[in-house]
Amino acid sequence: MNTLTIARKELNSYFRSPIAYGVMAFFALIAGYFFYVAVLIFVRRGIESAMMGQEFPMDVNEWVIRPVFSNISVVGLFLIPMITMRLFAEEKRTGTIELLITSPLHDLEIILGKWFAALILYASMLGLSALSVVMLFAYGKPDWKPLLVGYLGLLLQGGCLLAIGTFVSTCTRNQIVAGVAGFAICLLLWVLDWVSSFETSVTSRVISYLSVLQHFDSFSKGILDSKDIVFYLSAIFIGLFLTARSMESLRWRA
Amino acid sequence: MIKVEGLTKRYARTVAVDNISFEVEKGQIVGFLGPNGAGKTTTMRVLTCFLPPTSGSAQVAGFDVLKQPMEVKKRIGYLPELPPLYPEMEVVEYLEFVGRIKGLSKAEIPKRLDEVAEKCAIADVKTKLIGKLSKGYRQRVGLAQAIIHNPDVLILDEPTAGLDPHQIIETRDLIKGLAGSHTIILSTHILSEVEQTCERVIIIAAGKLVATDTVENLTSRLRGAEVVAVEVLPRDGALDAQNVQRRLEQVSGVSRVLHKETRDGKIHFTVESLQGRHIRPELARAVVEAGWNLNELHAIGLSLEEIFLQLTASTKDGEPKAAAAEAPAEAPAGETK
Repeated sequence: MNTLTIARKELNSYFRSPIAYGVMAFFALIAGYFFYVAVLIFVRRGIESAMMGQEFPMDVNEWVIRPVFSNISVVGLFLIPMITMRLFAEEKRTGTIELLITSPLHDLEIILGKWFAALILYASMLGLSALSVVMLFAYGKPDWKPLLVGYLGLLLQGGCLLAIGTFVSTCTRNQIVAGVAGFAICLLLWVLDWVSSFETSVTSRVISYLSVLQHFDSFSKGILDSKDIVFYLSAIFIGLFLTARSMESLRWRA
Repeated sequence: MIKVEGLTKRYARTVAVDNISFEVEKGQIVGFLGPNGAGKTTTMRVLTCFLPPTSGSAQVAGFDVLKQPMEVKKRIGYLPELPPLYPEMEVVEYLEFVGRIKGLSKAEIPKRLDEVAEKCAIADVKTKLIGKLSKGYRQRVGLAQAIIHNPDVLILDEPTAGLDPHQIIETRDLIKGLAGSHTIILSTHILSEVEQTCERVIIIAAGKLVATDTVENLTSRLRGAEVVAVEVLPRDGALDAQNVQRRLEQVSGVSRVLHKETRDGKIHFTVESLQGRHIRPELARAVVEAGWNLNELHAIGLSLEEIFLQLTASTKDGEPKAAAAEAPAEAPAGETK
């Protein structure tokens, strides 16, 4: 119950500041552009193959939805720090964190409330991209199940990065620092899987397993792989756990 | 209602609060007095469960802050030095939010909100954004936030800091009006505030408890002694303040001479007499006989100010602390009474 109260308050302040609108507008622009490009490529390939006389079936899911999802998941890396940076940093700066901590709330209620609010903002941002997808249904016959899996993957990946961003936000009282540090971590988690393209040793496989983006691959193909789900869920757990620890340490250091 | 025993709070290198013990009875208003950096805020933060004590214990309404923090938090209303406000919220929204997280049910909130808004005189700004409110209104919204769940104990950290004189009087009256139904601890470094609002005083300096008593007892402690302000002007050329001080100390009946300041060549002293001695005539004669001009000579009533200075000065051991720096700036407020 308290979690909901906190979440409502957070959403309120998101939509009363330019952050939510800025992030969503930027996302809508980028996602729309990706969609446009993907469709363009799809159409050209269609025409080319028709001219060559090959009539192999063109799959909308494979040619449009998958690249769009992959791109969106990368864009998420850039936008998520902007969503999470103010969560705790702002409360620490203005001193309102004292109100929360001295109220009869459990730390977990505060953390979950804030994380949920961020997740809802992220989800509504993803919702904007559904507009393009709806257009696909108007002109073609894409398979809807992989689409759902793709969105689930985006939500899981977002949830995990949001949890990490929330943690980073508890470490500083400066929003900008929280944003930049969160972005650095997201970027790191993205490029981690690049090692595996040069090397296949155990170390490189472990490192690339840690890459958040690598686990999204199967989702973008429309495959529900329990391995990836477990990865995201445990990353969310670790992120929120670190947040809880960090919040506790606020009291000892404050 | 509040019981603090051997409370110590240590930060990495500094001891903020050093072995403090005191008790506060139900319904009392207690002033928590000390120079800046004395450990007032730290003690309050321990009482509100914001900080855990390093050692010692603190109990609020019979609940220990370490063992049953939830019970303590339910019974405490806290106004930190900086009111914890969300500038993007409307006053009503904010108070609703605070009410909810303090554990009020949805049904109770509208009624409490009206009561609190009336008590704190913020009914006219209910639908305004907090970010657009003036400092005085913000402070009152902060106070409203602290009492919304009708807590047994109210902890107010410098509730009048940064307000204009008119607002200070309003806030004080408001706090006085809350006494009785709530036990109140308020911290301040303004002494006249304690004299006017509080029944009891707890004085701390440099983390240590210096005195805890009723306001009357503290003032009567030093009653009988006379305190005189003396301003000496050299007749020709410069004059060494130490010279004058030595001369004044020799006057019979004088217990202490404090050199306050030297401004435009005028040397200002505060002279205290021994118990029951009148020293003004002798002082005047001493100055004139030494060949200096006596520019000013008047008695100042012994207010809490002097007691405070004496008490905190004795624990200072000569280090130039905030107490010494602050005292002259606040002196006029005490003298006007």
